[in-house]
Amino acid sequence: MNDASDTLLLETAERLFRDTVSPPVLAAAERGEFPHAAWAALAQAGLHRALVPEGAGGFGVPVIEALGLLRVAGRHALPLPLAETMLAGWLLSGAGLAVPDGPLSVAASPTLTLRRQGDRWNLHGAAPAVAWGRDAASLAVLADVDGQAFVALLPSGAWTAAPGQNIAREPRDAIGIDTLLPAGAVAASGIGPVQLWAAGAAMRCLMIAGALERITAMTVQYAQDRVQFGRPIGRFQAVQHNLAILASQTAAAIAAGDIAAEAVADGIRLPAIAAAKARAGEAAGVGAGIAHQVHGALGFSYEHSLHFLTKRLWAWRDEYGGEAAWSLLLGQHLAAAGADRLWAEITAI
Amino acid sequence: MFSFTFAPPPAVPEAETLRAEVRAFLAAELADRPAIKRAESWSGFDAAFSRKVGQRGWIGMTFPREYGGHGRSALERYVVLEEMLAAGAPVVGHWIADRQSGPSILRYGTEAQKAFFLPRIARGECFFCIGMSEPDSGSDLASVRTRAVPADGGYVVNGTKLWTSQAHESHYMILFCRTGGSPDDRQGGTSQFLVDLTLPGITIRPIHALTGEHHFNEVIFQDVLLPESALLGTLGQGWQQVTGELAYERSGPERFLSSFTLLVELVHALGPAPSERAAIALGRLGAHLVTLRRLSRSVAGMLQAGENPALQAALVKDLGALVEQEIPDIARSLIATDPPTPEIERFLAVLNYTTLHAPSFSLRGGTREILRGIIARGLGLR
Repeated sequence: MNDASDTLLLETAERLFRDTVSPPVLAAAERGEFPHAAWAALAQAGLHRALVPEGAGGFGVPVIEALGLLRVAGRHALPLPLAETMLAGWLLSGAGLAVPDGPLSVAASPTLTLRRQGDRWNLHGAAPAVAWGRDAASLAVLADVDGQAFVALLPSGAWTAAPGQNIAREPRDAIGIDTLLPAGAVAASGIGPVQLWAAGAAMRCLMIAGALERITAMTVQYAQDRVQFGRPIGRFQAVQHNLAILASQTAAAIAAGDIAAEAVADGIRLPAIAAAKARAGEAAGVGAGIAHQVHGALGFSYEHSLHFLTKRLWAWRDEYGGEAAWSLLLGQHLAAAGADRLWAEITAI
Repeated sequence: MFSFTFAPPPAVPEAETLRAEVRAFLAAELADRPAIKRAESWSGFDAAFSRKVGQRGWIGMTFPREYGGHGRSALERYVVLEEMLAAGAPVVGHWIADRQSGPSILRYGTEAQKAFFLPRIARGECFFCIGMSEPDSGSDLASVRTRAVPADGGYVVNGTKLWTSQAHESHYMILFCRTGGSPDDRQGGTSQFLVDLTLPGITIRPIHALTGEHHFNEVIFQDVLLPESALLGTLGQGWQQVTGELAYERSGPERFLSSFTLLVELVHALGPAPSERAAIALGRLGAHLVTLRRLSRSVAGMLQAGENPALQAALVKDLGALVEQEIPDIARSLIATDPPTPEIERFLAVLNYTTLHAPSFSLRGGTREILRGIIARGLGLR
């Protein structure tokens, strides 16, 4: 993975997020205000459709590059459902459904039931912690019909959203659905719930990598600017070594993000995504801790913008499965393969 | 925006054919090698094995064919290295020459030096050791006191090198020493020499590790006469030449696979359906290894592209040593070893071996503190 701003698309995203996401915008988002201006700029550039195949209204961006947008988004703590819109577009286009405009989100829950009712479909149930459930223009829902996964496209107004939030105060709403959908809004899914979950985890890996890159840059800068005992604190070896650890964890998260992106591009290789999310999640925790330690009391204030990133790191490491869940999956996979196959499994990832 | 560059490892489809060949070779060659010997990782010595590897064309793979090399890519070489380490092959005989002495000779050597050394290295017949550390110069390499003084027909060397791995099994040393000025001149006035270890005046004495094993040596130079032709590269440029080697020395798979045999034994001891706690711990270590492998292969690709990823190499080695040292601690937390039942004796032996060697993982090839200093400098803090 090269510097994530090495293509026109990623450069555009970097500039666009820099221009539209500021601490006041982030603070407003925490208060529940959807950043419409930032979304409009993003949508105008077509970034939200990067993962949609050309035949379904996208523009044929390679999957790895499209996912690279999320690393850029992570750098800016982008307070928008870019990952969710990409995920919904991927799910819908995979089922041959049209991808609507506007911010999208995704819901998948075992408590959702989808049943044929005449020539229409009844979708009924609830899903917890749906990202931007209150703001999404449409919702892609994955539900099980007699053991097969189906995707339903819900228009605005077809669900209720009880506001909730994650640790970073990003909208994570409990939604309730009881609606009748036309036949054309439902289709068999090429993507199952485990693959959807894994794709979401891969996206969080890239977002974590981006946020860690940014806090590394911020923390190094702070250590060079902040003077105590007559010199910049970055001159002290104890501080330097902590920053070296932060940089190492960031490198590991970048590698994890790349592994995850490639695993999605190859059609969702689960062990690879498991390794990536487990490693990126661990890096997020270690990295956020050091960033705060070096920033001292100032970084603990609301006024300083560090927390917009560190809170997201703490949120994203748990979303779509934390380190324990993915380590368990990978560990069981390795154990089942056996000692004699351990190395072959690692190189296969 | 500040960003690390870790270029994606180049795709090398031909490397997978090679991987299958190496696996088949190792399966046959190491069929009877017990776990406790595999645990020696890249400290295991077997001159006959090294020659066989040379015969297969797997030493000096990246050297040009005209020097007995095989003109293959760094990523192909990487495949051979990681397969050897994962299998616990006894590679130390040819390891140093293949990794850094050979490439240094290729880069800085005269035509005669290249023609003499490289084919021998590639055949697995010429082993090298590294003469850097001294009794009073460990991490502070620039303070070396061993000195080569110009004399009739060459240079006369006096001084002592310490912690020289495998000097007693090696044919040559690349000696880093002072050729001008004083230790206060630091990096200035240092040079490198290709030293035939059979020369008169060289005494090699064992330094036993805390396990009682003999890997390290003290190498004493007493009025040793080196011919002019022993100088490697440019007189006075030793520091620049040595630091150029470090990216090769610090980023390879040996920097995160030292404890791999223990991990294999752990998986063996846990069985196919471990407890949830054990599976989580195992999966976490797997995630670390997968990530390190990606970073390490990325550095190999950057080296191949002619870049000098010294900072990235330091990152790989620092992260790698942490995981190598965690593996014994985690393994012992998952398997009860007291009382030592016959089923777990093999595991326990490898656990004990790895525990005893683990302290060296963050010392050799640049201490954790030195590496973090290099990273801090890369971040602009020094």
